[in-house]
Amino acid sequence: MSLDPATVRRIAHLARIHIEADDIPRWQAELNGILGWIEQLAALDVAGVPPLTGVAETALPMREDVVTDGGMPEKILANAPSRADSYFVVPKVVE
Amino acid sequence: MSLTDLTLARAREGLRKKEFSARELTEAHLAAIEALNPQLNAFVTVTHELAGAAADDADRALARGEGGALAGIPLAIKDLFCTEGVRTTAASRILENFVPPYESTVTAKLKASGAVFLGKTNLDEFAMGSSNMTSAFGAVTNPWQRGGDPAALVPGGSSGGSAASVAARLALAATGTDTGGSIRQPAAFCGIAGIKPTYGRCSRYGIIAFASSLDQAGPMARTVEDCAILLGAMAGFDPKDSTSADRPVPDFAAACGRGISGLRIGVPLEYAAPGVSGEIAALWERGRAWLRAAGAELVEISLPHTKQALPTYYIVAPAEASSNLARYDGVRFGRREEGGDLTELYEATRAAGFGDEVKRRILIGTYVLSAGYYDAYYLRAQKIRTLILRDFQRAFETCDAILTPTAPTAAFAQGEKMDDPVTMYLNDIYTVPASLAGLPAISVPAGLDPEGLPLGLQVIGRPFDEETVFAVADKIEKAAGFSALPALRAGA
Repeated sequence: MSLDPATVRRIAHLARIHIEADDIPRWQAELNGILGWIEQLAALDVAGVPPLTGVAETALPMREDVVTDGGMPEKILANAPSRADSYFVVPKVVE
Repeated sequence: MSLTDLTLARAREGLRKKEFSARELTEAHLAAIEALNPQLNAFVTVTHELAGAAADDADRALARGEGGALAGIPLAIKDLFCTEGVRTTAASRILENFVPPYESTVTAKLKASGAVFLGKTNLDEFAMGSSNMTSAFGAVTNPWQRGGDPAALVPGGSSGGSAASVAARLALAATGTDTGGSIRQPAAFCGIAGIKPTYGRCSRYGIIAFASSLDQAGPMARTVEDCAILLGAMAGFDPKDSTSADRPVPDFAAACGRGISGLRIGVPLEYAAPGVSGEIAALWERGRAWLRAAGAELVEISLPHTKQALPTYYIVAPAEASSNLARYDGVRFGRREEGGDLTELYEATRAAGFGDEVKRRILIGTYVLSAGYYDAYYLRAQKIRTLILRDFQRAFETCDAILTPTAPTAAFAQGEKMDDPVTMYLNDIYTVPASLAGLPAISVPAGLDPEGLPLGLQVIGRPFDEETVFAVADKIEKAAGFSALPALRAGA
């Protein structure tokens, strides 16, 4: 499976990373190099094998559904690139 | 002997016997950093004042006959651990001014045990790399040099700054993190020891995430015993990490002294694949002989899916990374580049904030998770991960630990292996399988190559059996008698 320029653009947009048009051939070549190497996995028979999502041996712990943290807006906003009062500021999203 | 040459164990004894103060020990290391960091670039941030204050606290506690397990011990902290009030960058432009309002659990535990943090160490950006060449803060130089040749070599990665700082005696020990080999490979390249514990042994809370099903914190130090002491202070259950293991932390340091008579050591046939260099094969053979002489029984084992481990890793890890790194959007923290609308702001911020290797992995991860390709790539990789885990489970029916080389070569020069991403990925060929299976694995310095560069051997254990790993590693360390010193080091 080989990526064409349109697919590179689509992936970059899905990943929300701007790529200059001039750079698309370079990304296409690099990504195809990696995917071409990964392709060897297609030869392995995995019929009936369950997927492994993690190796933690413990079941996820349960706890009371209560608030255990919070009340620290200043700490949370301390690293905001742009803020107004207790809000993060972004470009207008609703006309 | 200079204070910077002490082992962690010896420094702890000296502090308790009042042979020197924590302030003196810390000042000696800060002076070493000042002298050598301009050449090595191992530290991104040095916290002189905080270190001095922590040392004074430790001296007061020690004077009262108190103080935790690491009271007054100067450590270097990989700049992937969030430290409250101290800039934490992940070696990325996108976090170059990020000051965490909270502390990671591992560093909080170390502070509670009295450790002194000297500063934050350089790494590959977001821990993605095997050479430290992808750091936004510049390459780290390996303190070791090829006999007589001052050309700068890489320290390995991603915990390259931690490894270089310990090898050059800028810190007694350091924290690292390991996703596919990021503690073990730099430890091998810099001639020190480093262990990736079992997945779940150390809390991941407050460690900047790369691939959450693989990431583990671990210690890096100049001896196996020092690693054991440090791991004891880092490990333990944490309700803030749902994958943290709720089980007691054994006395790892005591385990170093255990005999290995009668222990069965597995030697995987598949790791002797063509392409292993003669010197690595010879080192591995010496390692087998040492363990046999210590009373262990060597058994051949088979890990049939070894060849598939690396490509599997390069699906699973980028997929998880693409999801984890979605949070860097220029809105709540980190760098922001303005854009006409919100999408443009996201795209411009991430284009400017991430380096090429991080972008590469996010793009691969996005692709293998995208509609139409998920089953062919991601789901298939998860199934192969099951096969890799089963390989190890079967192997551990006939052996108690596994011996392999740590890396396929010694340290290479800065700028080498940069032409093609896959060439760099091959560095992790021996370390990635244990990561995918979540197993504890240590690298121990075991010899030098013909050019005088250190080489490591890896010991892999059963889940939560770090004790056997330490016992075996201790025997390799003693038999190897590794005493060579890097060209660049404090006091040299």
